[in-house]
Amino acid sequence: MKLKELTHKRELLTGGHRLCAGCGASIAVRQVLLAAPEDVNIVVANPTGCLEVSTTIYPYTAWRTSYIHSAFENVASTLSGVESAYRSLHRQGKIKDDYHFIAFGGDGGTYDIGFQALSGALERGHRMLYVCYNNEAYMNTGIQRSGATSLGAWTTTSPVGSQIPGKSQNRKDLTSIVAAHGIPYVAQASISHWRDLVNKTAKALSVDGPSFINVLSPCHRGWRFPMEQTIELAKLGVQSCVWPLYEVEDGEYTLNFKAKNKKPLEEYIKNQGRFAHLMKEENREIKDKLQEHVDKEWHRLLRKCGETAEV
Amino acid sequence: MTITKSAAVVGTDAVAEAMRQIEPDVVAAYPITPQTAIVETFATMVANGEVNTEMVNVESEHSALSACIGAAGGGARVMTCTSSQGLALMWEMLYIASGLRLPIVMPNVNRTLSAPINIHCDHSDSMGARDSGWIQLYSENSQEAYENTIQAARIAENKEVLLPAMVLLDGFIISHGTERVDFYEDEKVRNFVGEYQPPYTMLDPENPITVGAFDGLYGYFFEFKRAQEEAMKNALKVVKEVGEEFGEKFGKNYGYFETYQLEDAEVALIALGSGAGTTRAAVQQLREEGLKVGMLKLRLFRPFPAEELVKALSHVPVIGVLDRSLTFSGGPGGPVWQEIRSAFYDAENKPQIVSFAYGLGGRDFSPQQAKEAGRMLVEGNFPEGTCYLGLKEEDN
Repeated sequence: MKLKELTHKRELLTGGHRLCAGCGASIAVRQVLLAAPEDVNIVVANPTGCLEVSTTIYPYTAWRTSYIHSAFENVASTLSGVESAYRSLHRQGKIKDDYHFIAFGGDGGTYDIGFQALSGALERGHRMLYVCYNNEAYMNTGIQRSGATSLGAWTTTSPVGSQIPGKSQNRKDLTSIVAAHGIPYVAQASISHWRDLVNKTAKALSVDGPSFINVLSPCHRGWRFPMEQTIELAKLGVQSCVWPLYEVEDGEYTLNFKAKNKKPLEEYIKNQGRFAHLMKEENREIKDKLQEHVDKEWHRLLRKCGETAEV
Repeated sequence: MTITKSAAVVGTDAVAEAMRQIEPDVVAAYPITPQTAIVETFATMVANGEVNTEMVNVESEHSALSACIGAAGGGARVMTCTSSQGLALMWEMLYIASGLRLPIVMPNVNRTLSAPINIHCDHSDSMGARDSGWIQLYSENSQEAYENTIQAARIAENKEVLLPAMVLLDGFIISHGTERVDFYEDEKVRNFVGEYQPPYTMLDPENPITVGAFDGLYGYFFEFKRAQEEAMKNALKVVKEVGEEFGEKFGKNYGYFETYQLEDAEVALIALGSGAGTTRAAVQQLREEGLKVGMLKLRLFRPFPAEELVKALSHVPVIGVLDRSLTFSGGPGGPVWQEIRSAFYDAENKPQIVSFAYGLGGRDFSPQQAKEAGRMLVEGNFPEGTCYLGLKEEDN
C-alpha cells in the first residue's frame, strides 16, 4: 500500500465533521477506511461518543457509508444485527452487493459498558471488524476514567487529590481478552504507524469472521498536550512499549514493531498534563509502578510472540 | 375453510407458529422464563430448515433488541420476544426502537418484575413500558396470541405507522396452558402479512443512509416526538382496518375491545389478558343470579382507544377496572384505571370508576373474585381507593 495511492482514495468520513482539530479518533477512522476495498459497500456503526455526536449532527451526516448509532453499550450487538440482516437478505437473493461491517467504539464503549455486547458478538462469529479508538478515558463526557486509563493518570473521576494522586488501578489488557475469544484476527495498532494500521485493516476485513483492532488514538483535550502533537504522542506510546504493535492471527501472536532503543516511560508521559503530577518526586513510586507494569506486560508480550531477547 | 389444523397447544407454541408463518428475516432473542419455549421452538424450526430466518442467539435482552434495531435498520423484517426482567433490560432500547420508527414485532409473555423475584404473571412488565412508543395488543388466550402476532406485523409495518408492536400474553396462564388453537394456512397467513418493503435501508448501495443521528444542535427532537405521536394516532385507525381485514380473511373480527353483556348492563367490569376469560365466566354467573353486570375486554392499550371506550360505556353508571399491576402513585388505581378515568374526564355522563387490583405475581384470579367485584359494584359497596382481590390481608 503506497501513501500516494491512499491520498487518491475517496474519503468515506468527509471533512466538515465537528471533531476537534488534532483528534486521534478521526485519524484512526480515516486510516481504517482508506484500507477498505473500494468495490465493497460499508456499514459503519458507533456507540454513543465523540465520534458519533460529532459526525451525525442532524440533519447532516459526515458519512458517505451507511451508518447506525443506537446507544452506548451496544454497538457490537447493533452491528451484529445489521450483519445478520445482510446474511439473511443475501441468502434470500434480495441483496447482491458485498458489504463490510465496521464498528468504531471508544474505550468507554468497548472496555467498559459495551464489553458484554462485544464479547457476545465475537462469540457468535459475525463477520465484522470492531475498531476501538482508544484514548484511555471517557472523553465525550469530559474526561472520566475508564478501564483503559493508565495507573496514575489524572481524569475528572480519578483526580489528583491530596490523598489519592490519579487512577489507582492499572488498565486492563483488552486486546488479549479479545484474543482469548479465539476469533480469526486481533491486533493492536497506533495512528502514528499508518502503514501498519492500513495493513492490519486489510487483513481484518479479509477474514471470514470477527476481527478486532485496538488503536491508540490520543486525545489532546483529555491527555493535556498541544493539539499538533497527537501523532508524536501516539509514536512515543509505541516506542516506550506502553502500546506495543502486534497481531494475533488464529491465535498466533506476532510482534510488529520492536524499537531499537525502548524509550523510558518518562519520555512518553512528560509532555502529558494528565501525568504531570507523576513527574513530582512525591509521586515517584507511582511512576515506578507504572514503568514496572509496562515492562512486565512488554515481556509477557515478547514471550507470547516468541521473541526471546529485548533489543 | 381457512383453518388447516386445530391442535391442543401451549401458548408459546401458538406464538412460535405465528412466527414460523410470518418467517421474519431476522430473529434475535434471549431466553427467559416463561417466554423460553417460544425461543426454543423457533430455534428448532430454524434448525430444521422450516424457516429461512437468520436467528441471532444474543447474550442478553439488551443485545436482543439492539440487534433487532440494527437488523431492522438494514431493511429486514425482524422479531424478538421476551418477558419481565428481559423487557426491563431492554428498556433503553424500547424507546430507541420506536424513536427510530422501526416496526419490530415482539411477543412479551407477561411476568411480574422483581423484587421479590417471582416468575408468574402480572402486567407490571408491559404496563411499565406503556409510554415507550410501542403498540400494545393484549391477548385473552392462545388463539388471540396467535392472531395478534400475525396482525401485529401488518400494523407495525403500515407506512402511516412504522412503530414497533408488542403482543402480550399472560405468563404460564396462557404461555403454558394447553388450549385448542385453530391455525390458518401458511399461504393465507403469508398473503395477509405480505412482503415487507422497508421505507429505508442501510443496505441499499445506491443510497447509503445514516440511522440514529444526533439531535444536539439544531433542535428537531420535539418535532420527531410529535411525529411519533401522530404515528400512534394513525395506528388507531390501522389496528381497526387490519382487524377488519383479518375478519374478512379468517372469519374473526378484531377491534379495540370486545364487549360481553354490556348492552343493558348497569355495572361493567373492564379486564385485559386472560383475566377477561375469568371475568366473562363470572359475569355469566352473575347474570344468572339476575344481576345486570357486563364486561369490556380491552385488547388495545397502546394506542389507547379512549373515545371509543367512552362511547361503548356511556350508558353504564358504575365501572370497575381490573388492574394486574400497580402504579405506586400513592393514590388508588393501576394504569388501566388511570387511563379509563382520564378518558371519562370530558364525558357528559361520568360514571363511578372503581379500582380493583388482582393477580399480582401470579396470585390466582378466580371467578369468585370477579363475582365479588361485580357484586360490590351492583351493591355500591366498595372501599375508598383500590380494592385488592385475593389479597391475604386478614391472615396477617
